Amino acid sequence: MNNNNKPYSNIPGTTVFDGDMARIGFHLNQFCMSLMQASNRDAFRQDERGYVDQWPMTEAQKKAVLARDFTQLIALGGNIYYLVKLSSSDGLSVAAAVSTMTNLSPEDYMAMMRNGGRSPDGNRYVENDKPKEKP
Amino acid sequence: MAKITAGLGTSHIPLLGHIIDKGESHTEKWAPIFDGFQFTKQWIKKQKPDVVILVYNDHATAFDMKIIPTFAIGCGEEYHPADEGYGARPVPTVKGAPKLAWHITESLIKQGFDMTIVNEMDVDHGLTVPLSMVFGEVEEWPCQVIPLAVNTVVYPAPTGERCLALGKAIRAAVEQFPEDLNVQVWGTGGMSHQLLGERAGLINREWDLAFMDDLQSDYDKLAAISQVEYIRESGTEGSEMVMWLIMRGALNHDVTEIHRHYYVPVSNTALGHLIYENADIAADLKTAEDVA
Ligand SMILES: [Fe+2]
Repeated sequence: MNNNNKPYSNIPGTTVFDGDMARIGFHLNQFCMSLMQASNRDAFRQDERGYVDQWPMTEAQKKAVLARDFTQLIALGGNIYYLVKLSSSDGLSVAAAVSTMTNLSPEDYMAMMRNGGRSPDGNRYVENDKPKEKP
Repeated sequence: MAKITAGLGTSHIPLLGHIIDKGESHTEKWAPIFDGFQFTKQWIKKQKPDVVILVYNDHATAFDMKIIPTFAIGCGEEYHPADEGYGARPVPTVKGAPKLAWHITESLIKQGFDMTIVNEMDVDHGLTVPLSMVFGEVEEWPCQVIPLAVNTVVYPAPTGERCLALGKAIRAAVEQFPEDLNVQVWGTGGMSHQLLGERAGLINREWDLAFMDDLQSDYDKLAAISQVEYIRESGTEGSEMVMWLIMRGALNHDVTEIHRHYYVPVSNTALGHLIYENADIAADLKTAEDVA
């Protein structure tokens, strides 16, 4: 849905937070922003569904918030710097939240990072859209 | 006259702020990270800058989705450390340099950079973590700070060419300011990291080290790198590196690299840090040493 025919659409496993994403994610991100305030965090914790219903988000966005489905939240226009306000209010570290978007467990993700992180090799282009080798 | 004497590049990783604030920055566990700033802490005591122009990006803190300035300059008297969701960092209030900031703003706009002017905002880890890494735990920050916030959160960020040119324009502006001030420019952010998607955790050591090599003399080559290439090679958040180009542009063509530190990983991120002195300054100091 997102990022088609854009110069970054062929980067694997990556969603670029561009104007299209910012547009569909506006209310979702502003909801996350509201969690910067302790009183709002309390209200959210007391009644998550009631709190998200105060925001003009789509039902899919609300469901993804309640499920803490970060992959889905990114696909629905969430920006990571906003989404970490949601995960932080759960007491989750950024690395733990980030790891849920990969195919690794939080432990395996942290182990990969300790070993120098994910190599760019093989991760620059999606399989069927590789440029010709540079001469 | 005011003069830019040195520039500094550093990542602004939030975890480092947490470690310092918990009083654990001197522990053995984190030594490989913090040892690389020992030189810097000594160096800054000798340099005693009056003002640091601190280039950073706001991470959905002072600016949310309502207003997203591409280049914003702080002209206020002071800035409070922001509550980023777990309480404000227990670090000193940041003192601004409004007179110089307004002078720079006027000059930049006349030079074609249509800055957003900010008189009141809280500053997040992007600004306070570099201050902590360089000055350590202090009662007061020993210099004034002009925050220069760059949008790197929403695509597109400003181009490398534009960032380099902004740095040059800052240099011209500072050099026209009549007070004798020792000014430094710090570029922060990066290095390689990606915080989202299946590709999260990407680190490109080769790319980062080449960037630090080229920044000294081949910065025009770096300025030509597109944001798409940054993202592809060094991760979605790797594109924060354009902020180092503002620092580089603010320095003379000839600089001396006097310190470098690179370490992987700090949580999700590659830590990079280097210091440049303007070559004439380095020569001046050397002469002074010879005389002494
Ligand atoms: Fe940043």
